Amino acid sequence: MASGHLMEGRQMSSKPRIVITGLGLTAPNGNSLGEFRANLLAGKARIAVIDVRHMGKHPAGVCDFDTTKWQKRKELRIGTRVGSISIFCSREALGDSGLDWDKVDKSRVGVYLGITEHGNVETENEIHNISQFGNDTKYWTHHHNPRTVANNPAGEVTMNMGITGPHYTIGAACAAGNAGLIQAAQMLQLGEVDIAFAGGVSESIHTFGIFAGFKNQGALGAHEDPTKASRPFDKNRNGIVISEGGAIYVLERLDGALARGARIIAEIAGWCINSDATDAVLPNPERQTECVHMALKRAGMKPQDIHIVSTHATATALGDIQECTALRNVFTDCPDTKINNTKSFIGHCMGAAGALELAGNLPSFEDNWVHPTINIDELDPECAMPGLVINHPIKVARVDTILNNSFGMLGINSALIVKKYGVA
Amino acid sequence: MTKDDIKQVVLDIIADIAPDEDLTTVKPEVRLRDQLSLDSMDFLDIVMELRKKHGIEVPEADYVQLASLDSCANYLLPKFEAKGK
Repeated sequence: MASGHLMEGRQMSSKPRIVITGLGLTAPNGNSLGEFRANLLAGKARIAVIDVRHMGKHPAGVCDFDTTKWQKRKELRIGTRVGSISIFCSREALGDSGLDWDKVDKSRVGVYLGITEHGNVETENEIHNISQFGNDTKYWTHHHNPRTVANNPAGEVTMNMGITGPHYTIGAACAAGNAGLIQAAQMLQLGEVDIAFAGGVSESIHTFGIFAGFKNQGALGAHEDPTKASRPFDKNRNGIVISEGGAIYVLERLDGALARGARIIAEIAGWCINSDATDAVLPNPERQTECVHMALKRAGMKPQDIHIVSTHATATALGDIQECTALRNVFTDCPDTKINNTKSFIGHCMGAAGALELAGNLPSFEDNWVHPTINIDELDPECAMPGLVINHPIKVARVDTILNNSFGMLGINSALIVKKYGVA
Repeated sequence: MTKDDIKQVVLDIIADIAPDEDLTTVKPEVRLRDQLSLDSMDFLDIVMELRKKHGIEVPEADYVQLASLDSCANYLLPKFEAKGK
């Protein structure tokens, strides 16, 4: 097996190098990377209280991007909320990338978006709609199927932007943000496309089913101050704050990016997706440990090479401890490794979580600041880890590498490593 | 309800389903699809809104009757009258 691992390392290093050259996002506390990053460094969470159908008021992360910036009102009426998030993020990423869109061969562009789920919102809306008409299905909208097919968010992007290459979504529970990026990197390495729009998106705050499911699982976060409801690693954490959002990146092969003189934000260094194969909802730290180890091996790195670990922790009682156990297994004797968490600011953006959490850390390559995990009033001793950045950002000597964890139900684990471009 | 009232009912529905369109210059005798950006799904929306808001059913065989504001008014008037409107 050892030789097999070495072979994987060689295979990855012999494949085309993949770089990030653009980024667009919407998060509950920011509609651009600059705004998002500033709030992460300033310790500013933004969680609203919304009225959830059948369930009353609950904390949730709500995005307030300009929906008509890139879409006509008719497109908004016909499409989905997550389609709108996807279009906003993709268009913003395009602008950030500096691509001359009129000259891009649209048949060589792919769209790969990670989703935790899709169709719950639209289905619940229609069930509510026909309930106003005696549950007569002749009042069920003819827009239901195009709104709920699993490729909807990515397909809406292609229609809005005239992209004729491949598009689909990657269903990967809450590991989806990483999974979208990994899928895109693989398709670029295979030569299937030249440009990829990839990341993760979510509209999950608009479905009561997800709130009810977490509540009845004993995993829905609450606090009298909604901005403190999401508090990973805190001793008194009580569950997840559900949020919407999106982060979509422009990825391309390094040679193409260099040829067009693109600004290179980061390089994809390695990744791993594996499966617990143990439980539908309870995480498995042993498999998480293996996932991180494999991502490091494929990146040709040691644990000591990682400067920031962006944790997945969602503020559930057991899940946070399990991830900390996995990280302690890997990052022993790593004085330069700092660990943080973004959900403490914006809640759990579900399909967008991994992509957004990576995005908020990318500016560290330039400014050498590491944003903290906030809302820790009393650190849970079982979540104590050397390098955990608590409540206040810290300045470090250098940040060359980020490991981004994203895990999800049915035991899907993902670890994605990005590095500062130009670093060996 | 007059034919002009019915034309306004249809225009109000179109204003909701095609909010980017300028409806101030719609010619009642010209096919709606020839002067507005409307597709088959939009016409299904018109049918749905007539059903939801006014209890009016338009069988699929009669969809052609919704081609213009004038044809809408001619076709829908007896249906509205039958509803006592």
